[in-house]
Amino acid sequence: MKCRVCRGPAVIDIRRHNANFCTEHFLRLCRDQVEKAIKDFDMIAPGSRVLVAVSGGKDSLGLWDILIDLGYEVDGLYLGLGIGDYSDTSGDHARAFAGERGYRLLEVDLPTDFGYDVPAGSRAARRAPCSACGLSKRHLFDKVAIEHGYDVVATGHNLDDEAAVLFGNVLRWQTDYLGRQLPVLPARPGFPRKVKPLIRLGEREMAAWCVLRGIDYIVDECPMAVGNKHLGYKEALNEIEAQSPGSKFDFYHGFLARASALFRPEAEADQEGLQPCTSCGAPTTNEVCAFCKLVERAGGEMPAEGVVPTVESVPVVLGRRETGATT
Amino acid sequence: MGVVKVLLRNPRRELEFEGPMRVHALLDRLQLNRESVLVIKGDTLVTSDELLEDADSVEVRAVISGGAFEVSS
Repeated sequence: MKCRVCRGPAVIDIRRHNANFCTEHFLRLCRDQVEKAIKDFDMIAPGSRVLVAVSGGKDSLGLWDILIDLGYEVDGLYLGLGIGDYSDTSGDHARAFAGERGYRLLEVDLPTDFGYDVPAGSRAARRAPCSACGLSKRHLFDKVAIEHGYDVVATGHNLDDEAAVLFGNVLRWQTDYLGRQLPVLPARPGFPRKVKPLIRLGEREMAAWCVLRGIDYIVDECPMAVGNKHLGYKEALNEIEAQSPGSKFDFYHGFLARASALFRPEAEADQEGLQPCTSCGAPTTNEVCAFCKLVERAGGEMPAEGVVPTVESVPVVLGRRETGATT
Repeated sequence: MGVVKVLLRNPRRELEFEGPMRVHALLDRLQLNRESVLVIKGDTLVTSDELLEDADSVEVRAVISGGAFEVSS
């Protein structure tokens, strides 16, 4: 196979584009796709301070790499979820990535700073593990971004993630969720601006970006996510994609262009009546926010000062964990 | 005579196939969807028409990941 651009040897075929690319032109394609998403949806204003939510996986590390490549000012935030060896390893991948490149990585650790972990939180709150995890991540990424003065939180949700979420929301006609499934959520009191710059790139492309850029990401799947319904949706969509390349892109981007606005009023109505949580001050429609309830049910504790404790990560060399005091 | 060595993960295991064979034929043998994997040889990727020779080693890496996908509020 030959590269569509230079006719040199190709390293990847992307059936959605009906084209093959060499390393150089594939990487250029990825940068261009991210740049186009940012421009089309006015995601990041020039001069903004960006905080990337980092998991140690291909999407978040790849996103951080691409945004820096495009000239943005970006720091990372890693949240330790307390999922045994998986969390230890994923944290090391994030620390190694940041350390090797001299990037600033902040860390928050659920067991250390809030006295619970995702498995315990999931059991205590009778939520699915991915639900307890997602709730914790959203709350803490929002709070840290605001407390540290970041203008934008960028997450590594890619085209496959968004198509799978859309598929699930349509299957159950969750119209309030459909109204909120946007690539940009503007800043509001208590919420930072949130953007998803990878919505034009699939996860195969993100994994390829990392391999070709020499980014050592955590390949193992989160043990808590195995068998969850979104993985099933992704597999189903990939079966369709194999028969009809471009289906995932058309499904999601067609929704954004032609259907999303129809569901907006219901989602906006859901956001009315927000008030500060009596425990942590985050916006909520109840007296106490869902995160504080989760911490309480899991037997954890909110930090005394009311501010999320963060530390700057200590770089590690993968496979050789270093020790040292954090600041 | 050598074989094509194929590394798979989750769980980690190594399989051997008689070469030469094309990457797409390997993926068919493994019953894997091309949309869901990358095939890595050394520090680069190979396309589906690449011929894998005896004594080649490749990794077939799944790219699907799942997790906290609730819509942000």
